[in-house]
Amino acid sequence: MDNAVTAKKKWWNGGYSPFSVSYGKLMMWYFLISDAFTFGALLIAYGTQRFMAQAWPDPNKVFYAFPFMGHMELPLVFVSLMTFILIMSSVTMVLAVHAGHHMDRKAVIKWLSLTILGGLMFLSCQAWEWTHLHEIGAWWGKNPFLNHDGSAPLSTNFTDFFFTITGFHGLHVTSGVVINIIVLINVIKGTYEYRGHYEMVEKVGLYWHFVDLVWVFVFTCFYLL
Amino acid sequence: MAHTQAATANEKDTAVKTIWRTFWILLGVTVVEIGLAFLHLYTGFPGKLLLNSVFIGLTIVKAFFIVAEFMHLRHEVKNLIMTILFPLLLFVWFIIAFLADGDSWKNLRKDLAPGTPAKVEAPAPQSGHHH
Repeated sequence: MDNAVTAKKKWWNGGYSPFSVSYGKLMMWYFLISDAFTFGALLIAYGTQRFMAQAWPDPNKVFYAFPFMGHMELPLVFVSLMTFILIMSSVTMVLAVHAGHHMDRKAVIKWLSLTILGGLMFLSCQAWEWTHLHEIGAWWGKNPFLNHDGSAPLSTNFTDFFFTITGFHGLHVTSGVVINIIVLINVIKGTYEYRGHYEMVEKVGLYWHFVDLVWVFVFTCFYLL
Repeated sequence: MAHTQAATANEKDTAVKTIWRTFWILLGVTVVEIGLAFLHLYTGFPGKLLLNSVFIGLTIVKAFFIVAEFMHLRHEVKNLIMTILFPLLLFVWFIIAFLADGDSWKNLRKDLAPGTPAKVEAPAPQSGHHH
């Protein structure tokens, strides 16, 4: 009868979840907090190195290329496309979660498939970007970019951090795509229909949005600032 | 039963509307960021410091909408919201301390590196003054 005690509900007296979410979702949140600290540590280390450096490359002079556009200088355009793809895949993921709430199996399949497609598109874009940067001589331990003020590079910190952080993010996208595919197979098989709820879609949804969230910060830290 | 179904359909509608509204906000903010970056590239306005502050502010706006709406945190119980957000306050200290440390290192290396003694910005020597 604890439902009747609404006037002054004692959250921490036991009997129900003080967080009012399932164990699985709570643990996903805890994992995401720890992952946030991992990414935060990487980005802050990058920031520290950048503050320590006497000079640093200009992102607009580094990230200017676009597929099939030759040597045209198009700063920010390609990464904007990547950002758009990732935001879009976040939307399709929310719509899949939403369809799951309404036990609409067909709609879950449709939106989850589109999310996977978005993830694969993002990864293809990143693969192209990395290939391009590698071709012009950038890699871990190799920094071909002149600094803002035209001086020669002082260290390889810029490329080291760029490839490490976008690589770690790309790894998250990759594992997100793999987990989404596994969940999609379960949806198609009817596992969640049988279970009576689509909570697994919500949990992978949380992970997927987190990956989008990290990209928002990576985008700002590497391409805008 | 008809009433329940109608209510569910209505609820479904508003939820989907909120999702798309959030999408347009995120897209809009990103377009503004890119627009400002190009404005700075071609005109030099706004200045770098102002521009970067705006970028960081807009990034936090985007993060808020992703976490609040897409991850649904806004609609969770207060206990859960606090449990998740309070640990992240450590980032405030983390960012200030490390960036200040980086800046301090830069200045130390600039001024105290071997062979590059700190420039003594002494006032113009006055006559009759001995060192």
